[in-house]
Amino acid sequence: MARRLDIQSETRDAVAVVAPSGDVDLEVSQQLRKELLDCIERTGDVIVDMAGVGYIDSSGIAALIEAFQTARKRSRRFALAQVPERAYRVLKIARLDRVFPLQDSVDTGFGSAA
Amino acid sequence: MSPAGSTPAPSVAADAAGEDTLVALQVPARAGSLKLVRAVLGPAAAELGFDQGAADDLVLAVDEACQNVVRHAFAGVEPGTLTVRIARAGDMATVRLIDDAPTVDPATIRPRPLEDLRPGGLGTRLMGELLDEIVYETPPAGAGNVLKLSKRIG
Repeated sequence: MARRLDIQSETRDAVAVVAPSGDVDLEVSQQLRKELLDCIERTGDVIVDMAGVGYIDSSGIAALIEAFQTARKRSRRFALAQVPERAYRVLKIARLDRVFPLQDSVDTGFGSAA
Repeated sequence: MSPAGSTPAPSVAADAAGEDTLVALQVPARAGSLKLVRAVLGPAAAELGFDQGAADDLVLAVDEACQNVVRHAFAGVEPGTLTVRIARAGDMATVRLIDDAPTVDPATIRPRPLEDLRPGGLGTRLMGELLDEIVYETPPAGAGNVLKLSKRIG
């Protein structure tokens, strides 16, 4: 039986706040991808609360990239919030730390961009 | 590869020249095995003397290599087995991934340029950043591919 990723999604101030929890790896990254794309479809703007992500690999990063690009194409806002050190390191090695908008907190105003 | 239920073939479990094997793990070559591989590899890396950050890096690099096996080596065929063998070779840790998939031509596996922002290709790039050496070895009889990953300890 395949592992499921625990994902808590809610709408706050018309922004979808998506909080995956646990290891985001090849087994579950498609589930995160689908949830993020669904949230962009349903709600529009998306913040991914990364605080609960203990581990992320390239398949998880790919899910974030695809969601980010989809949001951008539709002129929707997309940010990663509370990225833990280990996940941040993966972004940095992949040179994606300056590609994704990063936030210290789950700020539905998207920082000053609101 | 050895029949189900038997011990791994000697070619899989034996030390390579100048190496001391710490642990070898044989799993079904599927995505659901990766969490277990990481769970074994993390403490093994610590045992070899890596600090937490470097151990995390090794775990990620090996996970990415295992993904390539699961997604590409066994593409279009029934998933077989993947053996992950962790050893010390002097001041290097070596991790061999041994599968029974059809033999892959290493020349077909290339990272994408960094500025190419598309999903995919990223894993190979991460491996290149996190490891000191990546070598395809000649597979022994019964094995499809042997990938040797090396990372300096310390």
